[in-house]
Amino acid sequence: MSKKATEIPQTIPLSFETKKTGKKKRNPNILLGFILPVLLLAVWTAATETGFIPSYQLPSPKNVIERIVRLVQDGSLWSHVGITFYRVGIGFFIGTLAAVLLGSVVGFYSKAEKIFDPIIQAFKSIPSLAWVPLFILWMGIGEASKISLIAVGVFFPVYLNIVSGILNVDRKLIEVGKVYRLSHFQLVKRIIFPASLPSFFTGLRSGLGLGWMFVVAAELMGASEGLGYLLVIGQNSSSPDIIIASILLFAIVGKLTDWFVKIIENKVLAWRDTSAIGG
Amino acid sequence: MLTINRLTRIFGGENGVRNVSFSVEKGEIIGLLGKSGSGKSTILKAITGLDQGYSGDILINGEKIQGPHEEIGVVFQEPRLFPWLTVLENVQFGLNRNKKENIAAARELLKEVGLEHAENLYVKQLSGGMAQRVSIARALVTNPGLLLLDEPFSALDAFTKMQLQDLVLKIWKSQQLTAVIVTHDIDEALYLCDRILVLSGKPGQVEREFRIDEPRPRNRGSETLARMKAEILHSLGIEAVYS
Ligand SMILES: Nc1ncnc2c1ncn2[C@@H]1O[C@H](COP(=O)(O)OP(=O)(O)OP(=O)(O)O)[C@@H](O)[C@H]1O
Ligand SMILES: [Mg+2]
Repeated sequence: MSKKATEIPQTIPLSFETKKTGKKKRNPNILLGFILPVLLLAVWTAATETGFIPSYQLPSPKNVIERIVRLVQDGSLWSHVGITFYRVGIGFFIGTLAAVLLGSVVGFYSKAEKIFDPIIQAFKSIPSLAWVPLFILWMGIGEASKISLIAVGVFFPVYLNIVSGILNVDRKLIEVGKVYRLSHFQLVKRIIFPASLPSFFTGLRSGLGLGWMFVVAAELMGASEGLGYLLVIGQNSSSPDIIIASILLFAIVGKLTDWFVKIIENKVLAWRDTSAIGG
Repeated sequence: MLTINRLTRIFGGENGVRNVSFSVEKGEIIGLLGKSGSGKSTILKAITGLDQGYSGDILINGEKIQGPHEEIGVVFQEPRLFPWLTVLENVQFGLNRNKKENIAAARELLKEVGLEHAENLYVKQLSGGMAQRVSIARALVTNPGLLLLDEPFSALDAFTKMQLQDLVLKIWKSQQLTAVIVTHDIDEALYLCDRILVLSGKPGQVEREFRIDEPRPRNRGSETLARMKAEILHSLGIEAVYS
């Protein structure tokens, strides 16, 4: 659906119209997208309800839903989702903040780029999960090591996108600013900043995705609460329904947060040529 | 208005321009013609102040310029609009009075270029011709004493091109515009300019100057212009295929 360039009528305010026309054209595609999930659900139901696959290996969709309902009823769901959400939120915030600070410095001052970029590139090539043992050694199994791990995961995509966004601002637009004799600060504020926003949002969204990935790792390595902890419980008590319920919840919460950022992105970047937006 | 004294800008041995001198009086439209690579854009870039690596003098109203000058407005080959700004905001870009005055001035120019209905559109919603109109409005809104245009219409279809040439003439008349226009299009130069400078050689030098005395608006098909075209073609080293 991202490839479809939606033509916009010329007299109507933009931010609304993009969305409306977008939806109308997307509807058939959304229906297409439902075919496989529905089919999968049907096969899953059939295979489990008939006992073709035993329930200690794969519970039926009904069992999974019941499990989630039970978690809601005894109140533990909210604390699990809540604590996981909190960890991702704080880690995301710290990682993004560090990326914005360092990214802007490196993007704006070529000296800083020469100092920082090589080492950041080197660190980038370390798979972030390799930090886990070190963080545990330094900070124990508490919140600090979990949040650090998530922050590290979020940092890189955000940082890299900010830097490339700033460095790739169209030189021709900067020339226009120079013709109008803008100061360095004005150039940054009026041209470089808005021009690099799309790239920043791309970074935010992939950073957020990594944040959700890393919270799983962080909670698997030891936690007493959280969606990742539910995974551990499910494994230890041989309850696949808990595992699948947890996976499902991860998917839902992750998607919701991404959706939230995307809404903000579409608001802020309403001017963008929509055909260029990656879904 | 503008005086250029022995402007020289050489890139790697042969490329660039050498000893280019000419001056532009207030209210004149000067055309720079020449084959690709003869240094037309190089000259314009020096006048805009975006390129400082030249030798020689560029004077505006008798004063030597260093860097971009407030008297100069520029229309580039591409519209170079800011996609995150609306049409109206793009036109206001170079203004720094208070908000109300900026908007009023921008609206007035949008009207002049025939886009008063489009002020709330974003760049992605504009056609190429509309975008170039906006960029002309942006360049003119600061009331520059001198407008520089580097192949401003070369990416447009023939019909839009003629409309925009007429737009330039209209503004020339109403604002007593002074302009230097770089173009590949001899007909365009003949239609708009008081004088045409033909550049040639490597590095480029002013080879000839043509003065066109016909009053404007000119007849695009007139015989005088056709004769002149043949002469210009000849001076560019291209023989006219018809007589
Ligand atoms: N920044 C630069 N560095 C090196 N060479 C350059 C630079 N700018 C221009 N040149 C060279 O100088 C010569 C003149 O370039 P210029 O852009 O002024 O030509 P032009 O007359 O505008 O050509 P066109 O009609 O194709 O736009 C070319 O040979 C070009 O390669
Ligand atoms: Mg050129």
